Amino acid sequence: MSRPPRLQPATSGSIIDFPPEASCLAIEGLSLAYGGKSALRGISLRVPRHRVTAFIGPSGCGKSTLLRALNRLHDLNEEASHEGRILLEGQDIHSPEVAVDELRRRVGMVFQVPNPFPMSIYENVAFGLRLQGGLTRRRMDDIVEWALDAAALWGEVKDRLRASAWSLSGGQQQRLAIARALAVRPEVLLLDEPASALDPISTLKIEELIRGLKSQLTLILVTHNMQQAARVSDYTAFLQDGELVEYAPTDNLFTNPSLRRTENYITGRMA
Amino acid sequence: MKRRAVRRLPRSEGPWAWLAAGSVAVSLLMLGGLLLLIAVRGLGHFWPASVALVTLDDGRAIAGRATRELPLVGQEGNERLYFTGNRDFDGHVWEWIPVSAIASQQRPVDLVVLERRRYGDFIGRLVAVGPVGLSVDHPDQEAVWPRLQARLQAQQALRDERDRLVRDTLRPLVQRVDANPGDHDAREALAEVNDKVRALQAGMHGEVAIVESVGGRRLEQPLDEVLRAWRPNAMSPVEKLMAWAQNVWRFLSEGPRDVNATGGVWPAIFGTVLMVLLMSLLVTPFGVLAAVYLNEVAHQGRMTHLVRIAVRNLAGVPSIVYGVFGLGVFVYGIGSSLDEWFFSDALPSPTFGTGGLLWASLTLALLTLPVVIVATEEGLARIPVEQREGALALGATRLETLTRVVLPMAVPAMLTGVILAVARAAGEVAPLMLVGVAKLAPQVPVDGEFPYLHLERKFMHLGYHIYDTAFHGNDVQAAMPVVYATALLLVLVILLLNLTAILLRHYFRARHGVLARQP
Ligand SMILES: Nc1ncnc2c1ncn2[C@@H]1O[C@H](COP(=O)(O)OP(=O)(O)O)[C@@H](O)[C@H]1O
Ligand SMILES: [Mg+2]
Repeated sequence: MSRPPRLQPATSGSIIDFPPEASCLAIEGLSLAYGGKSALRGISLRVPRHRVTAFIGPSGCGKSTLLRALNRLHDLNEEASHEGRILLEGQDIHSPEVAVDELRRRVGMVFQVPNPFPMSIYENVAFGLRLQGGLTRRRMDDIVEWALDAAALWGEVKDRLRASAWSLSGGQQQRLAIARALAVRPEVLLLDEPASALDPISTLKIEELIRGLKSQLTLILVTHNMQQAARVSDYTAFLQDGELVEYAPTDNLFTNPSLRRTENYITGRMA
Repeated sequence: MKRRAVRRLPRSEGPWAWLAAGSVAVSLLMLGGLLLLIAVRGLGHFWPASVALVTLDDGRAIAGRATRELPLVGQEGNERLYFTGNRDFDGHVWEWIPVSAIASQQRPVDLVVLERRRYGDFIGRLVAVGPVGLSVDHPDQEAVWPRLQARLQAQQALRDERDRLVRDTLRPLVQRVDANPGDHDAREALAEVNDKVRALQAGMHGEVAIVESVGGRRLEQPLDEVLRAWRPNAMSPVEKLMAWAQNVWRFLSEGPRDVNATGGVWPAIFGTVLMVLLMSLLVTPFGVLAAVYLNEVAHQGRMTHLVRIAVRNLAGVPSIVYGVFGLGVFVYGIGSSLDEWFFSDALPSPTFGTGGLLWASLTLALLTLPVVIVATEEGLARIPVEQREGALALGATRLETLTRVVLPMAVPAMLTGVILAVARAAGEVAPLMLVGVAKLAPQVPVDGEFPYLHLERKFMHLGYHIYDTAFHGNDVQAAMPVVYATALLLVLVILLLNLTAILLRHYFRARHGVLARQP
């Protein structure tokens, strides 16, 4: 496993200076409010390509809100309003040239609760592919197998691809959700506490999977579990009350936080 | 995802638990009692009951089936109601006899019951069977009963053959001639078949059974008027059971006779089921679309809220109001216009401008629309937001999310709506009386004649049949058992329709293991 580049934390503690070409997503001054109630305030950070970035912070601090801003899931919520920009490979995701379904194909997402669709395992993985259309039967089979394999699920389900996805265990369902997201070949994969509903063994499998996937795409992991962030991520952003407190390479953040608030949180002394 | 924990009243909570349990018990008892009553009365009607020969103190003899017994008014003792048949003798078929006036009672095996096309049942003794004008000087009791049976069977064979000829040969030929009056082959063939039918009918005439009431009055009964004959007192329990099953079958499969008081209810069963199916076909797409609009498309503001309340309240509008609406809008409004545009050659006799199957189904679809909307909406609202977001996150549009994920998951809820709709619609009678039900429509709305399904035809309905038989027959006593039997049948038909929908729902749920894990 390659070490993340040694980067000097900025003095504010909230911006990491790595070369722009190494970043895949850039968030610039993002504020978000739910019907007047502010949930994010002035978040700026850059997400490095082909790395795992973790968002940590106490419950209700806005981790999910930030994550969902990245694939415009807030579009459906009439209450939510935002300011600031989000750039995916240099392009503003809110610009009129960007079609939202295309964006969501490029920025995949796995949710906290396993959410297999009411169809077979195969059809779940093929769901995104069918939306795009134009694939031969063979090609579809190949991609489904590849995605299930990449999500470390192929071995367990290859004999029952036609079985209902709801017959899988929770951990398997979550890996199916990952396979489903991978099948459309996203550039970024957002994971919102993907293991919080799982048992320790399934959690471990998911963590291993996340670590293995970063050679292929950029991952952003929201977790409330600091050990998990320490185990799988290269960079960690600590959020509190809708603000980005500190963003640093994971090793630094956990061993040598530059701010008092971060230290208090990771050592368990919450205000 | 977890099932909500059921909050239980502990048994020790005293009066409340007992009150709740008591209410359940009372409800179940009432339901069970109701079903038992109509089942016993309804099914008992088909039992070939024994016929009693009663001799009264004054020496008069009557033969009949005892049906009920009531206390005498202002006197000691009971009086008993006998069904004596023989309406053609003295115009009545029921007789109340004070039990104290009965001198002796027997069940002679030679008493026969003839089920006739006119005048209802005959009860009495068989004297002779033969051609018209046969002499009865040497009554031969033993041989005459088998002979009657044989002759009736022969009559039935002739009748069947005639019906087959009429159905398979005569009617198509008539249609050919109608369509093309110059078709000489068809005309000749028609004349030939007509002769055959006449010959068959002639063969059926001319045979009689001479029968005698226990009072000694004789009657020459033409055999082609006799549907069946039996000797209930001579039947073993097994024979009675078989006759009972046969009677039930005839009730289910034949058309009504004798102002609906006897005969079967097949057209009414058919009409009820067809109407309910059509209603479901009409109401489901409308209800589902409306629910989708309210729940998925409309802005969730005050207006949507008001519409939702209005829809819920529509479910409480009395059904007769829907009937009036259907009559005014569908029949007189749309139907009359349709007649003017498409069926003007048939005017002034209306085609769609009068009540019929289509208008009745539409009216009931309107009546049950709120139920389907509410049930579907609740189903849609129960679908976890993660399912929708999961699809959206894969690049699905809102429409794709709806059609590929949300609606398939809402199918069980839609079917719940349809189940409720069927339960409500199948039992409705009042609105139907305005928009298309008929007292007698032996021609069912589906046949081999293009376009096969005749939406403009009037139809019979079990619910209306009950009402009609009970209140508009000329013999209430005779109608009562038919009413019970029809009521039982109506309940069974509704049960069956519901069961079908429930099984369908079960299938859709089980397909994705939702039974094990309600999402
Ligand atoms: N759909 C929403 N409507 C209104 N407020 C919301 C909504 N989602 C989240 N919030 C609020 O925004 C804040 C951040 O929530 P969230 O991003 O879910 O926190 P986290 O994921 O860090 O626990 C919370 O105060 C929460 O109550
Ligand atoms: Mg969250």
